[in-house]
Amino acid sequence: MKRWLCAAFFISNAVFADDFAYPMQPQQVATDTYVIEGKTEDFSKKNGGFIVNTGFIVTADGVVVIDTGVSRRFGEQQRAAIEKLTGKKVVRVYITHHHPDHFLGNQTYTDVPIYALPATRDGIKAEGEMFSGNMYRMVGDWMRDTRVTPPTQDAKAGKETIGRHELEVLALQGHTAGDLALFDHTTGVLFSGDLVFNNRAATTPHATLTTWLTTLDSLQALSFKTLVPGHGNVASDTAPIAQTRAYLQWLQTTLKDAAANGLDMLEVMQTPIPADFQSVALVQNELRRSVSHLYPALEQANLKPAKQAE
Amino acid sequence: MLNYGGWLVGCLLCQVAVAAEPDPLNSPQWEAMHTRFLNGEPYTFDSKVKVEAPPEAEDSLNVPIALRVTDLPDIQEMRVFADLNPLPHVLNFRPKTVPPNLAFRMKLQQGSPVRVAVKTADGMWHVGGTYVEAAGGGCTLPSVGTSSGDWSKTLGQVSANVWQRPDNNRLRIRVMHPMDTGLASGIPTFHIENLNVKDAQGTLLAELDLYEPISENPMLSLDVGKITTFTLEGRDNNGNKIAAEVAP
Repeated sequence: MKRWLCAAFFISNAVFADDFAYPMQPQQVATDTYVIEGKTEDFSKKNGGFIVNTGFIVTADGVVVIDTGVSRRFGEQQRAAIEKLTGKKVVRVYITHHHPDHFLGNQTYTDVPIYALPATRDGIKAEGEMFSGNMYRMVGDWMRDTRVTPPTQDAKAGKETIGRHELEVLALQGHTAGDLALFDHTTGVLFSGDLVFNNRAATTPHATLTTWLTTLDSLQALSFKTLVPGHGNVASDTAPIAQTRAYLQWLQTTLKDAAANGLDMLEVMQTPIPADFQSVALVQNELRRSVSHLYPALEQANLKPAKQAE
Repeated sequence: MLNYGGWLVGCLLCQVAVAAEPDPLNSPQWEAMHTRFLNGEPYTFDSKVKVEAPPEAEDSLNVPIALRVTDLPDIQEMRVFADLNPLPHVLNFRPKTVPPNLAFRMKLQQGSPVRVAVKTADGMWHVGGTYVEAAGGGCTLPSVGTSSGDWSKTLGQVSANVWQRPDNNRLRIRVMHPMDTGLASGIPTFHIENLNVKDAQGTLLAELDLYEPISENPMLSLDVGKITTFTLEGRDNNGNKIAAEVAP
C-alpha cells in the first residue's frame, strides 16, 4: 500500500512539473471586470513569472484584455481561462508598458488588435529581445517557444465606448516612457499598470522619479471605485497610490542625500529600510536594483571637473 | 625517478593544502586562480578580508564592488579577480598610507566569485570573496564611448570630489576612458593600466593597476585619512597620460 502511494505521488509530481500550469484564478472585482492576480515575488523557476496582475473587461461586444503576462504559456492559459469563463471572444488587448512580464503573452493574440502607447511599442522593438532572453534565464522552460510579438496599434489618449463600457486611455509616464492606464468610467475600475504597486516595492529600470510622482497625483485625482495595480492586491481606495508615492519619495531623497555625502553605490544599497516599508515585498532587492538604475547620474552631479595637470 | 618522487611529494602537499582550506565559494577555478594570482603561495581564507557586492548584478557592465579589510597589518598588495570571467584579473591595489578600502565597478560576463587576495609582509595571502550572479555579456560588448565615437573628446579627463569626514575623508574619482576589453569584435583592448594617488606634497598614498574588467569611465572611492588635496598620475595601455589635481 505504501509503495503504491509512493508511486502515485511520484507520478502526480511528474505530471505537475511537466504541465506548466499557472494557478490562474480570475477574480471578479467589479461588474464585468476580472483580475488574475500574480504573486508579489521576484521571477523564479518556481513561479514561472506569475508575478503580475492581468485583467479583462467583459463587454457586450467581446472581451478587452489588459496585459498578456510573461510567456506564450501564460497568454494561452489566460485566453483559455477568459473564453471558458465568459463564453465570449477577445476583441482587443491593451499593453500597459514595455516590461516583459506584461507583454510576452502577446503571441496568443495575433488575431486581435493589440494596443499600446507609441513609446511602449518603441521600447518593445528596442529591448524586447533582451528582455525575453533574460526571462528565459530566470524562469526557464516556462518560457518555451515564447517569441517577442510587438503591439500592432497605437493607443491614443481619450475615451472610446466598447460594448457599452466607456473606456478611457490615459497616456502617462514615469515608471517608463510610456505608461498606459485604462479607466473604465462605466464601472469605476482603474487599471494603473505599474504606475501603482501595492505592498510590493516599485521597480525603476526605466523610471523618471519626478515624472512618476506627478503622474501619481493625477491618478489620485480620478474618481475610481476600484484600483488594479500592476503588482499586489486589488484595492478600493487610494492607499496603494499613497504607498507608492511615499516609497518613491523616500527613494529619491535617499539617493540624492547619499550622492551629496559621497557614498559609494554599495553603501547606498545597504541603507536601512524605514519601518513604513519593511513589510513591503522585495523592498531590499528593489532598493539595490534602483541604486543601480538611478544612482550613477546623481553621483556624477556631485563630482567637479579636476584641474588637468601637465 | 627523482622527478617522479618530487612530483609525488608536490602533489601530496597540494592535496593537503586543498583539504585544509576548501574554497568557501566552491569554485572549479580556485586552484587555477591560486596558481595564477597568488603565485601558488600560502594562503588562508580570512574573514578580515571582505568583498562586498550585490548578490545579483542588475547591470553586468557596472557591478559595484567594495573591498574592506580590517586588522591586517603590513599589507603589501591586494589583488582582485573573478574566477569565471573570461578576463579574470580586475585590479591590484597597493595602499601605502591610506586604509585598505576601495570601491569600484566592474564588468561580469557571467555569475562568478569575485575575490580579493591580500598579501601581508609575512608572505601569506589572506583571501576574501563573494559570489555575484549575473545575466552576462558584460565583457563582450563595446564600450558606450567607442560605439558612439565620442570617447576621444573626453579621454583621460578626471572629475572628482573630496568629502571631509570625522574619521576618514572620502575621495571619489571618475576618469573618462572606454576601458574596452578587446573581446568585442574589431575593437582592440584599450584600458587604463595604472593610476597613482599622491598628496599635494607628492607623497604616494596608493597605487592602482587597472585591467580590462573595470567598468567604462572608472569610478573609484577611497578612504583617505585627513588628506584633502591630491594629485593623480597614470596612463593607459596606449601611453595616454592621466594627470589631475583634486581639491575640495
